[in-house]
Amino acid sequence: MSASQGPPLIDVEHLTMRFGGLLAVDDVSFVAQPHEITAIIGPNGAGKTTVFNCITGFYKPTIGRLTLRGGDRDYLLERMLGHEIGQRAKVARTFQNIRLFPGMTVLENLMVAQHNKLMHASGWSVFGLLGLRRYRKAEEEGVELARGWLERIALIDDADRPAGELPYGAQRRLEIARAMCTEPRLLCLDEPAAGLNPHESAELNRLLVSIRERDGVGVLLIEHDMSVVMNISDHIVVLDYGRKIAEGAPAEVQRDPAVIRAYLGTDDEAIDG
Amino acid sequence: MGARLSSMLKDAGLTAFVAAALGIFIVGFRTVDVGSRKGLGFDYQFADLAVAVVTIFFGRLGLSLAAAGLRWPSMVLGAAMIAAGASPLELPSGFLHWFVALGGVLLVIRGVWPWANDAMTAAAGSRSGVVLGRAGAKWSGWLLLAAAVAMPFTPFGDQKTMDLGVLILTYVMLGWGLNIVVGLAGLLDLGYVAFYAVGAYSYALLSTQHGLGFWVVLPIAGMMAALFGVLLGFPVLRLRGDYLAIVTLGFGEIIRLVILNWFDLTNGPAGIGSIPGPTLFGAVFAETAPAGKQTVSQMLGIPFDGIHRLIFLYYIILFLALITNLFTQRMRRLPVGRAWEALREDETACRALGINPTNTKLTAFAVGAMFAGFAGSFFAAKQRFISPESFVFIESAIILAIVVLGGMGSQIGVVLAAVLLIGLPEWFRDLGNYRMLAFGLAMVLIMVFRPRGLVAHREPSLRLHPIKPGGGR
Repeated sequence: MSASQGPPLIDVEHLTMRFGGLLAVDDVSFVAQPHEITAIIGPNGAGKTTVFNCITGFYKPTIGRLTLRGGDRDYLLERMLGHEIGQRAKVARTFQNIRLFPGMTVLENLMVAQHNKLMHASGWSVFGLLGLRRYRKAEEEGVELARGWLERIALIDDADRPAGELPYGAQRRLEIARAMCTEPRLLCLDEPAAGLNPHESAELNRLLVSIRERDGVGVLLIEHDMSVVMNISDHIVVLDYGRKIAEGAPAEVQRDPAVIRAYLGTDDEAIDG
Repeated sequence: MGARLSSMLKDAGLTAFVAAALGIFIVGFRTVDVGSRKGLGFDYQFADLAVAVVTIFFGRLGLSLAAAGLRWPSMVLGAAMIAAGASPLELPSGFLHWFVALGGVLLVIRGVWPWANDAMTAAAGSRSGVVLGRAGAKWSGWLLLAAAVAMPFTPFGDQKTMDLGVLILTYVMLGWGLNIVVGLAGLLDLGYVAFYAVGAYSYALLSTQHGLGFWVVLPIAGMMAALFGVLLGFPVLRLRGDYLAIVTLGFGEIIRLVILNWFDLTNGPAGIGSIPGPTLFGAVFAETAPAGKQTVSQMLGIPFDGIHRLIFLYYIILFLALITNLFTQRMRRLPVGRAWEALREDETACRALGINPTNTKLTAFAVGAMFAGFAGSFFAAKQRFISPESFVFIESAIILAIVVLGGMGSQIGVVLAAVLLIGLPEWFRDLGNYRMLAFGLAMVLIMVFRPRGLVAHREPSLRLHPIKPGGGR
């Protein structure tokens, strides 16, 4: 277990997800601490994205409890509707295959992320239609938040370009910034380094560390790129065939024989001999 | 060169042969009634066919020449065809003059197109081109508006043009309304005319049975239509894409069939007549006022003229359409409008960001339906008679065509498309049966040359770096 203790940010207990005859996630339990980066790793098809989809409300788990500790109350994520998890529990996520709003500009993407806050300020469009000061001020604040993020991900000059025109690496960064603009408690990143070159991966590492240090947001990370996982994670959960096979700090996990077996497919004799 | 020319000639000959083979049955013969005794007889129109086939031969030849890079000969051929069409030459029918000339025009356009295309691409790429284009879009909107406001007082403002103007503006308003649903929120709605019908019947029933005036019913009709939008939307908006389209198509038909069969309320297929028109400060537009009211000509002290009513209707629909436009423009810049567009782009991502997709879609559906309701009650007040036949599927299809051809989400595009699709067929009414050909041709040409609609440009709802005229940021 990791060093920092206290109440965890999210507590996943006995999570099981069954699709017909396929057991995609089998009795997985783990916790993620606030102000930490928790990585979920495992070979392809291990059920990592399914865990994410359960946490973010895209799937309803067959069995299990997902508790998010937020401020003064707990949220039972498995009982909430998909959009409520983003809106009230404040869990944000990115997708394995980038899901930006390609026809809208970079800035608009970040403004859409602040929808619920701005919707409230616009009095469900009534104040906004009347052009009241209250809404205009909220919108200016929203733009400022977006500007701050655009500076952090070095896309400030591309703010008014359609998001779909950006190069691949920039789209990845923008998706993370968009998720952060919802001002989340927990940020779930599904393979953020996929398709990035080493330089971009290093940049991503710095961004994720700054999200942990500066914004104090807990990060849940699915990643195959070990240069990202081993360098920045505080805690690693390893899945294989839907089961949790190991858990611990990066150095411990790297030495774990079960993990090596799962990744390299070496048989028992090879390890013994 | 000679070999190429001969193959082109062969190709053109083949095309002409196919045209002749097809045309001989469609154009060559015509059955005519030759009196009660003999029944039907044939009328032969081989001269028409021959002219058409010759035109097609030269048209195809011109296209092949242009495709082979010989644009000048192709354009000369086109010019010759225009001259032949416009000449006082004795062609068998007036339509053939149009046909020949139009073929020539197309050839010339085909010849000029690559240059025009290059020039446009170059202009669109340069910064000054972007600034110019934005200014153009802005000013063309204001110019169109000024022209629309001044129209009744120009020499063009006769009965026929005003009628057409009212018709076009009605479709512009419907197009703007549907643009919210289809263009912004990306929900394919094939039953939009249902809400138009709800608005029309709301006004017709409330005015003929409860004596309410147009201006009182207008908001009620809008709300009724919005209510129906929510009622329909609630169960079906979880569907996506094609499935949603089918259900909305069904809903449009259900509304029409209910109106057709609920005889006690709607008077069924016989429709509702003698619907009062809109009033101006309580004064009616008529030659003699009903008891207790005065006519507008009495109120203003001007002689009665039938066109006053038409001008009044024209300004009402212009006003309603502008409200629709302003409202939409405003909504686009609000969180809900951005959420509509985001929903069109990616619904899954929206959900992950905590946006409630159902509520967002419902607002788009309700707002779109509300404007159809306004337009419907205007339609009832203008026609003074409505029946289920005014609310058939083809109306939904035309409104959708206006939105799609205009360029999804583009406001000015809707205006251009409405003028093209509604104005053109009316303008070409002289062509008789061939006017639908003009309609089809316009649609095909737009889709060939502007596959993303007439105005494909999307203006961001807000900018971080405003573009200043004169280049630079």
